Amino acid sequence: MGNVFGLLSGLIFGLGLILAGMTDPLKVKAFLDLAGAWDPSLALVMGSAIVLGVIVFVRAAKRERAWTGAAMEIPNIRTIDARLVVGGMLFGAGWGIGGFCPGPALVALGSGMGAAGIFVAAMLAGMVLHDRFLGPR
Amino acid sequence: MNIDWTNFTPWASLSGGIVIGLATALYLFGTGRIAGIAGILASPLRTILAGASLRPEANRLLFVLGLLVAPWCWRLVAPLPSATIDVGPAGLVLAGLLVGVGVRMGNGCTSGHGVCGLSRFSLRSLVNVLAFMGAGFVTVFVLRHLMWV
Repeated sequence: MGNVFGLLSGLIFGLGLILAGMTDPLKVKAFLDLAGAWDPSLALVMGSAIVLGVIVFVRAAKRERAWTGAAMEIPNIRTIDARLVVGGMLFGAGWGIGGFCPGPALVALGSGMGAAGIFVAAMLAGMVLHDRFLGPR
Repeated sequence: MNIDWTNFTPWASLSGGIVIGLATALYLFGTGRIAGIAGILASPLRTILAGASLRPEANRLLFVLGLLVAPWCWRLVAPLPSATIDVGPAGLVLAGLLVGVGVRMGNGCTSGHGVCGLSRFSLRSLVNVLAFMGAGFVTVFVLRHLMWV
């Protein structure tokens, strides 16, 4: 059953990204371009997802098990360290260059956009590179 | 600040965000996990490299499959909105490497820290979101307004 939820959530998530306009890197960059012609759309996407998310997480916190019977694993890490900040900055720099973050890049790849494949391949390589050489010690 | 009213899509973006929130809810109540896409990708990747069984990763691999087929389902009812990449292959490789390393080091991306973390009022996630948003603003400013790329 967990697999059905995985597939359906991924599919709905992807449709949401397309509807929101977030699969267009140029639109994402227009949000990041505060000094140019600024398109605030991305803030509304995150805003409405979070408003719904607040209700969802309040309800989820009261549950011990998921519908599949698996334990609820909501993160409770509170550590704020240099890795959290530097990691965020590196991610943001890459986001600003390409206009892609992981989810939209996968949807764009699925739509057959070849250039998104270059980004996704490099992103997977970056993840492996991090885990091999830059992981926490 | 100069708002681009012609390209601003308030209603589509607000509704898209709701749909993303619904997907997050379905994954959370269904599997007990948060829908952080960086983690959903990295976990099976690590498992493959370790040569371990992919069975525990099935729901994450299927989530990725769902993202990949979403544009196909969309096309059944409507044409896909246009998407433009304005950097060359070298730029995309650099961008991908930075995103890959960054989301692993910071343990999350726009979905994990952005949507799920902020929905839980996690200070840790807020710090990460401010770092990546800040870096994104600065990067685009440098590229577009200082280097004229």
